Amino acid sequence: MKVSIQKSEGLKSYDIPLEDTVVLEALQYIKENLDTSLCFQRGCKSEICGCCAVMVDGKPVLACGTKVADGMTIQALSYHEIKRDLIVSKEFSKDLFHKTQAYLERCDETTLSSKTDEKRIELQSDCILCHSCYSVCPVLEVNRDFLGPFALTKVFRYAYEVKEKDQKTKIDLIQHNGIWDCTLCGECAVVCPQGISSKDDIIQLRIKSATLGYSDPKLSSFGGDFGFDPSGF
Amino acid sequence: MYDLIIIGSGASALSAALEAKKQNLDVVVISKLRSFESGSCMAQGGINAVLNDKNDSVEKHITDTIKSAHDLADVQMIESMCKGAKETIEWLSNKGVGFSKEEDGTFSQRKLGAASHSRACYAQDFSGLKILQALSDSCIKEEIVMLEEYFLLSLYPQKTHISATFLDISSGEVVQFDARNTILATGGYASIYRGFSSNRDDSVGSGIVSALKAGVNLSDLEFVQFHPTTLKKSSILISESARGAGGIIYNQNKERFVDELLMRDIVSREIFKQIQSGNEVFLDITHIDHEFLEENLPQEIKLARVYEGINPLLEPIPIKPSAHYTMGGIDVDNKMQSCVERIYAIGECANAKVHGANRLGGNSLLEVVYFARKCVKNIHKESGDVAIEDKTVEDKRVIENIFAQKKRVDFYQVRQKLACEMFEKCGIFRDEKGLKEVLASVQMMKEEISHMGIDDKSRAYNTELVELLEFSNMLELSYAVICAALLRLESRGAHFREDFPQERAQYQKHQIIHQKNGILYSTFGEILS
Repeated sequence: MKVSIQKSEGLKSYDIPLEDTVVLEALQYIKENLDTSLCFQRGCKSEICGCCAVMVDGKPVLACGTKVADGMTIQALSYHEIKRDLIVSKEFSKDLFHKTQAYLERCDETTLSSKTDEKRIELQSDCILCHSCYSVCPVLEVNRDFLGPFALTKVFRYAYEVKEKDQKTKIDLIQHNGIWDCTLCGECAVVCPQGISSKDDIIQLRIKSATLGYSDPKLSSFGGDFGFDPSGF
Repeated sequence: MYDLIIIGSGASALSAALEAKKQNLDVVVISKLRSFESGSCMAQGGINAVLNDKNDSVEKHITDTIKSAHDLADVQMIESMCKGAKETIEWLSNKGVGFSKEEDGTFSQRKLGAASHSRACYAQDFSGLKILQALSDSCIKEEIVMLEEYFLLSLYPQKTHISATFLDISSGEVVQFDARNTILATGGYASIYRGFSSNRDDSVGSGIVSALKAGVNLSDLEFVQFHPTTLKKSSILISESARGAGGIIYNQNKERFVDELLMRDIVSREIFKQIQSGNEVFLDITHIDHEFLEENLPQEIKLARVYEGINPLLEPIPIKPSAHYTMGGIDVDNKMQSCVERIYAIGECANAKVHGANRLGGNSLLEVVYFARKCVKNIHKESGDVAIEDKTVEDKRVIENIFAQKKRVDFYQVRQKLACEMFEKCGIFRDEKGLKEVLASVQMMKEEISHMGIDDKSRAYNTELVELLEFSNMLELSYAVICAALLRLESRGAHFREDFPQERAQYQKHQIIHQKNGILYSTFGEILS
């Protein structure tokens, strides 16, 4: 079969004598037999380390968990700085987590979480940080400062952590370039290999924000007093 | 000049880094991998800890561990670890690890192989992932410097400090870092059996080889654990928790041939014997409550679907044993210090002598976190003048030579040959004839290495160069493992010699390997009581 790969120096096609294998093994075959300069990430090979996500025919997938097919075009994740060929920089994620306090800031060691507490954040903590969601988010097309889906899901995971004494600061930190900038298109949920919906997490974070007195800044630009005003009569 | 360099980015490296920060040490974490991507995330089953004495006890945990180690362990180290397990779980929980809970809020615990009680705390079957992420998140909070994509080349022990040289993968430059102390947390070497291992392919013990060359002793290298249940096509792990939950193992005739919950070494050998005799082997979990499986083993169900093409809720899973964990490694004392002052080792790259000849499921995550924190407690700030010398010259020369070398031998092909021979002749069953054959092969490959160049001459992100450096380490370590296996004339735990099938009392001792002037030497220690 034939696959095309967007390398740093241009699009290259390779004929590979493989069947019934995953994209990652096809990349490894190419590297060992056809083009040793090809660069890509190879990690756990079992969809848990998140390092091998690439765009296949315009959609982000884990190379280790996706069957290779004739005619595929493989390229690096969108909205990421490309280091070489299919390798992108993910280091910015640490800055995102730092500036949104996506961690346990002030742990209440005396609080014991219940099964219900754990279940509330169980799915969000399944995130493998593959960045697939980030690479399909349309908001990043217009606003590169948007925190993006996976960072907001991680904020959710700690903002709903019962051991966190300071949940409010996390909510404060995601108001700007955060939850209200999301269009709720749901593309992030479609591509997530772990079945996480950042969109749903963002909706929950909006509700939590509202209970803390925040509102959608786009609505407040109307002056906050639209609608029927009985005192006018 | 740092107080401490930690090399690696897995659960042990990050646990050590957090402890170092707490002690106000000037610490840097340097890894060949990117953050969040280390092999720790692949641990599924759980982490052992006796949390209450209602049914279980710390003494039983200690007894199970010693028994599984086949008496080749340091009892005091095991006692220390098992006693510290409860506090380790609480510490992890306070770092944000979302352990699975029962309705009453207590930690859920499950039974893994060869355990007398259900004592493995877990987070569904994402235990390693959730531990690694919570520790990484905590390191970000503590603003610990984590340098990514630096491949360790050499360690240069000095009287006052350690100099370490790295290949900066992103630029191709050789760079040097200096610190009063260095902790190696670089992982194990199960991928010297590449293609027959459940590990990342780059887990070939590169850090261990750098340590060996710097004069550090290694020990018990011959003990490599083959996990009984990995997927037939891909060697991907299916955790012991599947058997703990009631999964059964049988062949194509539905004949059960082994007690599924025996120690890993025994189950692996029995499965491998079936496969060698032409049978197929399956793990069957279809009879277990599906809701329970979907809640507690979601990853394993997905892996069987994707990589074996079957629905494990309805069909048995085809399995085989694969190299999974290496008990041996850098020889350390009870402070995790190697024989070279200022060089410490933790996690799978170290031999803390708690796993002995066969690791008990659920003890690896415990070991890596518990001893990492304990290790750093022995490291203190130092003052006084330090003269730093440039140590990059030799490593730069080695890298330049590789770039200048003409590629006459394709190391990718040799690598595959090496891995196959290692599995066949230094794998689950071994004997003198096979070991001598594979030793001769490795010797020939070592001689050929000067002809193994690279085609890619780019400096930035030259992953062919990194793979060649890793292959060279894989050869060095394979050589040492074979020598160690040849010299242990008995069978014990994971080391099974067909020509010496019994445990022999005179070999109840650790085997130390050290290198001098490029030659390996083996010494057996005192007989353990």
